[in-house]
Amino acid sequence: MKLSKSLLVGGVVSLFAATAVLAQDLTIVSWGGAYSASQQKAYHDPYMAKNPDVNIINDESSAEAVAKLRAMNEAGNVTWDLVDVVASDALRLCDEGLAMEVDHDKVLAKAPDGTDASDDFGDLIVSECFIPQIVYSTTVGYRTDAVGDNPPTDICALFDTKTFPGKRALEKRPINNMEWALLCDGVAKDDVYDVLETPAGQERALAKLDTIKDDVIWWSAGADTPQLLADGEVVMGSTYNGRLFSLIEEQDQPVAMLWDAQVFDLDGWIIPAGLPEDRKKAVMDYLYFATDTQRLADQAKYISYGPARASSAPLVGKHAELGIEMAPHMPTDPKNAQNTFLYNYEFWADYRDDIDAKFQAWLVRN
Amino acid sequence: MNESDANAIPLAADGRPLEQSLQRALRRQKLRALMLIAPLLAFVMLTFIAPIADMLYRSVDNRIVSETLPRTVAALSSWDEAQAELPDRDVFDALYFDLFFAAEYKIHTRLGSRLNYQQTGVSSLFRKTGRRVDRFDTDEITEQFIALNPQWENPEFWVSLSRDKQFAQQLPTTASVWQDWLKLLAHDEKSVAEEQPEDLLYYALYLDLSQIEAGQQSPGFDWWAGTTAAVKNFTPVDMVAQFEKTDEDWLSMDVWGVLKRFSPTVTEGYFLNALDMQKTAEGIQSQPESLQIYKILFVRTMVMSLVIMGSCILLAYPVAYLLSNLPMRKANLILILVLLPFWTSLLVRTSAWKVLLQQQGVINDLLVWIGLVDDANRLVMMNNQFGTIIAMTHILLPFMILPMYSVMRTIPPSYVRAAKSLGATNWTAFWRVYFPQSVPGIGAGSILVFIMSIGYYITPAIVGGTQGIFISNRIAYHISSSLNWGLASALGAILLILVLVLYWLYDKYVGIDNLKLG
Amino acid sequence: MTNVNDDRFVVFDRVQKSYDGRNLVVKDLNLEIAKGEFLTMLGPSGSGKTTCLMMLAGFETATHGDILLDGQPINNIPPYKRGIGMVFQNYALFPHMTVAENLAFPLEVRRMGKSDRESKVARALDMVQMDEFANRRPAQLSGGQQQRIALARALVFEPELVLMDEPLGALDKQLREHMQYEIKHLHDRLGVTVVYVTHDQSEALTMSDRVAVFDDGRIQQLASPEELYERPENSFVAQFIGENNRLMGTVDRLDGGSSLVTLDSGEQSSALAVNCGEAGARTLLSIRPERVRIGDQASENVTKAKVLELIYLGDHIRCRMQVHGDDQFIAKIPNSPESQRVHIGQELNIGWAAKDCRALDVG
Repeated sequence: MKLSKSLLVGGVVSLFAATAVLAQDLTIVSWGGAYSASQQKAYHDPYMAKNPDVNIINDESSAEAVAKLRAMNEAGNVTWDLVDVVASDALRLCDEGLAMEVDHDKVLAKAPDGTDASDDFGDLIVSECFIPQIVYSTTVGYRTDAVGDNPPTDICALFDTKTFPGKRALEKRPINNMEWALLCDGVAKDDVYDVLETPAGQERALAKLDTIKDDVIWWSAGADTPQLLADGEVVMGSTYNGRLFSLIEEQDQPVAMLWDAQVFDLDGWIIPAGLPEDRKKAVMDYLYFATDTQRLADQAKYISYGPARASSAPLVGKHAELGIEMAPHMPTDPKNAQNTFLYNYEFWADYRDDIDAKFQAWLVRN
Repeated sequence: MNESDANAIPLAADGRPLEQSLQRALRRQKLRALMLIAPLLAFVMLTFIAPIADMLYRSVDNRIVSETLPRTVAALSSWDEAQAELPDRDVFDALYFDLFFAAEYKIHTRLGSRLNYQQTGVSSLFRKTGRRVDRFDTDEITEQFIALNPQWENPEFWVSLSRDKQFAQQLPTTASVWQDWLKLLAHDEKSVAEEQPEDLLYYALYLDLSQIEAGQQSPGFDWWAGTTAAVKNFTPVDMVAQFEKTDEDWLSMDVWGVLKRFSPTVTEGYFLNALDMQKTAEGIQSQPESLQIYKILFVRTMVMSLVIMGSCILLAYPVAYLLSNLPMRKANLILILVLLPFWTSLLVRTSAWKVLLQQQGVINDLLVWIGLVDDANRLVMMNNQFGTIIAMTHILLPFMILPMYSVMRTIPPSYVRAAKSLGATNWTAFWRVYFPQSVPGIGAGSILVFIMSIGYYITPAIVGGTQGIFISNRIAYHISSSLNWGLASALGAILLILVLVLYWLYDKYVGIDNLKLG
Repeated sequence: MTNVNDDRFVVFDRVQKSYDGRNLVVKDLNLEIAKGEFLTMLGPSGSGKTTCLMMLAGFETATHGDILLDGQPINNIPPYKRGIGMVFQNYALFPHMTVAENLAFPLEVRRMGKSDRESKVARALDMVQMDEFANRRPAQLSGGQQQRIALARALVFEPELVLMDEPLGALDKQLREHMQYEIKHLHDRLGVTVVYVTHDQSEALTMSDRVAVFDDGRIQQLASPEELYERPENSFVAQFIGENNRLMGTVDRLDGGSSLVTLDSGEQSSALAVNCGEAGARTLLSIRPERVRIGDQASENVTKAKVLELIYLGDHIRCRMQVHGDDQFIAKIPNSPESQRVHIGQELNIGWAAKDCRALDVG
């Protein structure tokens, strides 16, 4: 009796163990909305079709990823397997020891022509923990019906309230705004960060922003500016190029993009530090698949962000639903990229705390 | 009864003192009561008291510096910032050892981020130095030791040396570095007998041996005399120059000053920052005006919360009065209407206000359509304090109405009738008799609304613009964005203290027993 | 001021009141109250007595008819201008004021000077023997003490009319009886007019000059306590005030003020014709238990009775017996040497005088 009972229990346990091996859950954290949808279609769906035993769970927490990862790490229970973050957050997570360092050549696929991953991604690997995915840009959109026959052509239109009266939407943080302010205050592009390093340079940028302070609505969520533009609350505003693309091409709003002085930024994956071996193995397998040349090119069918691999660029095709060529809408397209900035990660990692404090203090004061 | 009887301890029937038997009888009851509240007590401790204690501790916790750089902190203790001279070479040596291990454990960048809150640039300085520290020129020392005697290359030799009783006594620096080296190997699951000793071990040995006087007694090592003599002639490595080569900021007094000032395990630095002050070489000073923000925000949070509380009182009082005078059935119906906003999410309600208040919004459209407002001069009703006050008043109104209603419900109509029969006009009867009795409800509602209001940040962030944000918005920013949890905790602690002070003032002037929630 | 006015200090003239527009709570009320009178409105709950009081105080308005105070119609005068003192059921002492402040309140709103105020408050407190409690809060007082303060507050501004709405309802029995006398004595001393509402008949009988018995929105009888008890005019009053034995029967014949009634048991009894119909109509005979004569004393309307129960009450013995087929017939036998002793199961003769037996409506 006793023997048969323990046999039964053993059988049940091994049955559960077997199913546990069969169904591998993978919790992937991303931004939600159209961006997550593009990842679902370009990465998750094909991966799960190939690996029916894997179940991908989406978590839309990327906006709070840094704080949440830190809290999870302190609690000693990291439940995420892969996290989609912007490069500056990746840098920070890497600094904090919350993200795992990876050897890009070892864990990522080579390009179809045999180029090593690290060469294919090139400079975009801004941190040992960061696996780039897309290049996006922060640029300015404006309402075509509010600017008349004389649409703005350069970034300084932001500061030209005489020619372009009306409110502007700018992000409620110093990054990008400070650079644009200095550019429009006559600082040469190559000198911007040298100037911004000094307290006098920071004052100068804020003084420039002061000239339009009363005309600015400050946004903190990526969806704000498109909504403000659609409502006619602002005449122009900065946001991510993908948001503007959908506002213009999908929602057909009278809005156009000012690519001048767009700021390139990167978004990609990090793997949380301290994952157990079995989960790490599963994540690595997914990552190898999801960051190969074809997958990155596929994502551009659903959203107008540039693939981070050089080898993906020629494979970018048409929009999956609208059927329009996506290449001209990429921030990296030569026509759009005549005058660009690359987010200076090293600079902002150092100066973010200080300049942000000054910026917020400036905002709060009348 | 005589006097001694009066003073005697009363006894129970069994001869024990009465007080004692009473306590025994009550103990069971108390124990049962305790058992009944135990789950809640545990829950509150775990989810409320513990996090608050944790927050209070974080606001002063600074262990990270001495834990990451233990030798440097010890070496810096004798250094005086006011002398305006760089620390001695031995501090740089200590930093070399500390940073080497920190970089191996990948915790140096975390310290860099932490010190970057105090001194801009430390973050990249640590990151950069961490990458370089294992490639310092100390390999030259290694080579000279091996040239002197190839046994130094052999890890086994090091192991046997470390087992010698004299090791720690004669070569203290080497011994301490060796301990950390063992820990590191254990962490990486490597075998000490197979791993090539790192350059810093030779450097530590070099430091120790170069201290030995020429005629000093040998501890019994066969290599001792020859090596100590030879070390004197080694080509030295200038550690200060090594750091300077990595980044010349290491020669900056600012960096060392911050390290020195923030080396204790407990710091008041976060609290100073939270009050727009900082620790400088000259002591505690105000932040430059361009960085002052928290005092403004504290004051604004308090003032706006008071305004919100006031407008809630004004709007809620008549509603609660009406409700309390209606028959129960009708009152319940209206009460449901009052509570209706709770059934939609906070975000939705706030966003709805956005749609109403913005310049191209419903209210402005209506005003333009009526002709009250010119299309070119639409009212600015959000992204300022007005927007915050309006939206938050709406959101917090039920918290004012409910306690008011529950108090007013219990005021019998006979009081006002009595006042009128005694000759008071309607207004006098209300103001002298009804109103004072409804004050506990106002007090309860006000405390509720005020405390909730100073903690709000979602609504101010959405409709408040730059002039309508609260201190909580900065706390949220430091929690989720800058990761400066120490500062966030200090701000939270100050907020907590302010609330407690207000509570104390309320108790002192109004009386907390004058508070009724129902 | 004329005497006519003194007799008609308060007048209800065909007053009606309805709350919902369908049912009348007060039906055609006519009542005159003389100056200095102590009038009690007595009745079960829902009889309309409190509504009448509230209309007089001004907290309810009459749906129809006039209320006059000292000859002036007061329908449109707000309560605070009526100058009527009022004592509420739960005293309604203002909890946030001290006793002295409570008492000063009516004087304050009349803009009386501080020294006048203080002396009046002191006198009022003295009147109810509560001098030491001036600085206490109502919550620190016992029920009886609160009652006195409420009384003092209603009197302190020297109103000519004081209304009391079941003021003793919340007190225990002993205190209630004590306060009844005190209120009565105060009334005698001050000479104010008091309209008093209660549902307690003994209270009404103890204190009042006249009692108005309310039922179903009407005054059933308005008379002095003695009159009410001795000569109830209908079966409701007879039943509501004091105890009585009820025997059903049919009027045989009427003869001036007296009648002969055939009881349902077939026997006959003579009775005072108070409120019965013509011959052949059903009627209810009402006999007070203490007017029942027992044994040898029974001379009129003698009938057989069987003792069922005896309850010893000290001053008298309550004797339940079967009379004319009724098991609930009560007789009170005074505890005096002359009284006849009875025991359970005993069969004896009882009787009552025709003048003690009232033929009333069936109700």
